[in-house]
Amino acid sequence: MPAVAETLDTVRAVTDGGYKWGFVTDIEMDMAPKGLTEDTVRLISARKQEPAWLLEWRLRAFAAWQAMEEPHWAMLHYPPIDYQDAHYYAAPRKKDGPKSLDEVDPALLRTYEKLGIPLRERAFLAGVEASNIAVDAVFDSVSVATTFRATLAKSGVIFCPISEAVRDHPELVQKYMGSVVPPSDNFFAALNSAVFTDGSFVFIPKGVACPMELSTYFRINARNTGQFERTLIIAEDGASVSYLEGCTAPMRDENQLHAAVVELIAMDDARIKYSTVQNWYPGDAEGRGGIYNFVTKRGVCRGARSKISWTQVETGSAITWKYPSCVLQGDGSIGEFYSVAVTNNRQQADTGTKMIHIGRDTTSTIVSKGISAGHSNNTYRGLVRVLPKAAGARNHTQCDSLLIGDQCGAHTVPYIESRNATARVEHEATTSKIAEDQLFYCRQRGLSEEDAVGLIVNGFCREVLKELPMEFAVEAQKLLAVSLEGSVG
Amino acid sequence: MNIVAQKILPPNATSAEPFLARYRGLRAGLPGPRAPREAAADLLRRRGLPGPRDEAWKYTSLRPLTELQFHAALTDAGDHPAPVALPHLGALAESPRVVFVAGRYRADLSQLPDQITARRFAGHLGTQEAADDSQLLALNTLLAEDGALLEVAAGIDAGTLLLIHMGADLSGTPAAFHPRHSVHLGAGAALTLVEISAGQGTYLHNPVMDIDLAAGARLAHLRLQIESPQAFHIGAVHAAIAERASYDSFSLVLGARLARSEIHARLGGTNCHAALNAAQVLRGAQHADFTTVVSHDAPCGTSRQTVKNVLDDHARGVFQGKIEVARAAQKTDGYQMNQALLLSPHAEIDSKPQLEIFADDVKCSHGATVGELDADQMFFLRSRGIPQAEARGMLVRAFLSEALDLVQHDAARALFDEALNAWWETQAP
Repeated sequence: MPAVAETLDTVRAVTDGGYKWGFVTDIEMDMAPKGLTEDTVRLISARKQEPAWLLEWRLRAFAAWQAMEEPHWAMLHYPPIDYQDAHYYAAPRKKDGPKSLDEVDPALLRTYEKLGIPLRERAFLAGVEASNIAVDAVFDSVSVATTFRATLAKSGVIFCPISEAVRDHPELVQKYMGSVVPPSDNFFAALNSAVFTDGSFVFIPKGVACPMELSTYFRINARNTGQFERTLIIAEDGASVSYLEGCTAPMRDENQLHAAVVELIAMDDARIKYSTVQNWYPGDAEGRGGIYNFVTKRGVCRGARSKISWTQVETGSAITWKYPSCVLQGDGSIGEFYSVAVTNNRQQADTGTKMIHIGRDTTSTIVSKGISAGHSNNTYRGLVRVLPKAAGARNHTQCDSLLIGDQCGAHTVPYIESRNATARVEHEATTSKIAEDQLFYCRQRGLSEEDAVGLIVNGFCREVLKELPMEFAVEAQKLLAVSLEGSVG
Repeated sequence: MNIVAQKILPPNATSAEPFLARYRGLRAGLPGPRAPREAAADLLRRRGLPGPRDEAWKYTSLRPLTELQFHAALTDAGDHPAPVALPHLGALAESPRVVFVAGRYRADLSQLPDQITARRFAGHLGTQEAADDSQLLALNTLLAEDGALLEVAAGIDAGTLLLIHMGADLSGTPAAFHPRHSVHLGAGAALTLVEISAGQGTYLHNPVMDIDLAAGARLAHLRLQIESPQAFHIGAVHAAIAERASYDSFSLVLGARLARSEIHARLGGTNCHAALNAAQVLRGAQHADFTTVVSHDAPCGTSRQTVKNVLDDHARGVFQGKIEVARAAQKTDGYQMNQALLLSPHAEIDSKPQLEIFADDVKCSHGATVGELDADQMFFLRSRGIPQAEARGMLVRAFLSEALDLVQHDAARALFDEALNAWWETQAP
């Protein structure tokens, strides 16, 4: 990586600062009327020309959602959400589905170009030669383009919008969708199950190592909309895949709702690595606007020796409510969770993981780094549960919080439940501020206070950032600097 | 009336109706002003007994309590007359003491030193109440009828005082006792309070203690809970700590079928200190919950916690420890360690250490471990000819000693060791 160019970029990012992804694309939209009733669910299903079984599935979820109460146990404070005051379907208007990238609305392509997303096959990313990443771009409610599909198909990998998977691979979708996060799992998952509009579907057949990184880029654009996407990834025996997810939204004074569901399924010896750089619009310095991010992510290690690894860098959203989890069912399966969560200004994050040890000799690792600045609140909430049959289970949790400024809060809420004597669970947590001597050392060598903080924070997060695929790690480092801008001095 | 009460309860909540009914019957005879009790009744009517739906009660359900029919009447307004054997007191046998039997103060069994002013509870209830999640406190406030108000004047070192509660059923019917104690230490005063809860039969012991430490006061609060195996022990301590004062507590929990012991320590002045150490050693189907909240409200406070759980058979141990650091509490130093040893495949530990921090210049950490006896250590002892059971005992004691060694008071430490020995002996097949 060209270090000098990198430094320049970082500095520029810090100096011009702000949220760079806050523009709006003016594009003709097809919107459902505001409000959420059974008719809305039927309309979404009809618009997407879905089979009857899926409509029924949605309606069951909707009925379940209506009977549920919004959860309030997280350390988050926000005014009540009016679920009737949003559009539940917004799609760029189009005639027929695009056959290739050339048919995609150029305004859309320009949006993704501005975001730096390589939709064009063979595009360059962050100075890396001939990007080898297949991208599925989701614009408001629908997937607009998926690249590299032909290449992937050669090795038997299916990578497509989930709405297409419903049409082309109904047996797979019917078998797996909702098997990890059932429609009635929780309030937001039920809402998503009723009104989800698109998302990505990945299927890696037996013994196949996916030849390239897969990526989805989510963009909320339209006003007064919610985004509800659903991602489903299945890795059969011995398969492996690395999947990246990124997200941004325009700057608006209103709060927009994002309630996604991600389901991962790993069979015998399969490996899934899921990386997220979450950069939804966080609201302004006074806490106006920003995305409410209520996401259910769960992976199940169904097969023996399978492995699911979550890595997340959370810098955006006004509110983050997100607990990527692993259900370690197969004997010897492995779950990992690496997280950096940064909050600044009035942001609030309540995030962490759940590791459910069911099978024998299952292991899990949790590394969580929380950074709070400004008037923000940052909570780590994590569960490690060892069930009676999980003999020999192991968990290690490391959970560190860093406070920048005296108006913010850092909280740690781990839950440890063990019902097997042979299991070994360890948890460590620390909270501190940036050490004066570290800061002094950097300042002495000519770094500004802001850059020094950026450097120290990057060091603090290193254990997590090194788990990210390289291109993402670069983006994540820049994001950290931008997110913390204005928090010192 | 009944139907209305049921209706406004949240779903799945456990109704507090048996206790409310008892309150209605006794209302006229309870000492002190009516208002705080009515507020408590209102809270319990609205929220029921705490249960898994309440975040603070995620791991402990009071449902078994509601399956019991408690003795309807208060014990006589007078002292409980029956002769009572006090628990083994070891080297503390000659120490001054305040004794309660079946919820009632027993002057004939108590002996008070000159340095301590002691009065009986006369209905004066503190101002802790009101919070929506304080049902445990409300239960005591509703029905408190007796208790000890202990005061040590400024600058006095009052030495050691025993506070003993002997629970019992009332002629075979389960009984419920809700003693309300308070301890006030003047500026620079010192006291070691050794509190022992024991008893026989089926009963509920629901003690609440309000502690108030003035500047520079030092209270060592050493607690031994050896309630009867059929008993319920649901208690709370609320300690307010002023500047330079120190509250140093240790709790050894061996008894009761279902126990919940809460300590709320509020470090309200600069440079104060709190230690909330504990060991819970459980077996059979015992369930014991040790829940603490340490609130750092002022700068430069320190808090320390070492909590150990040893769980055999089907026992379930719970530890919930929250450290709160307010914005003003800069330079706070908080440390918490909780460890659990599972001796049986059916035992369960639930642990929730929690940090809530709003100040940036602080040093706070917690650690938690859960595991079984170390196979290497066991092998080491066995290979030196030590039988399995004995080796197990040695390792468990070594595990517990890290917490027990924090007890500075020799006689109390000896008492804890003897209680553990007794526990160990009754376990032998």
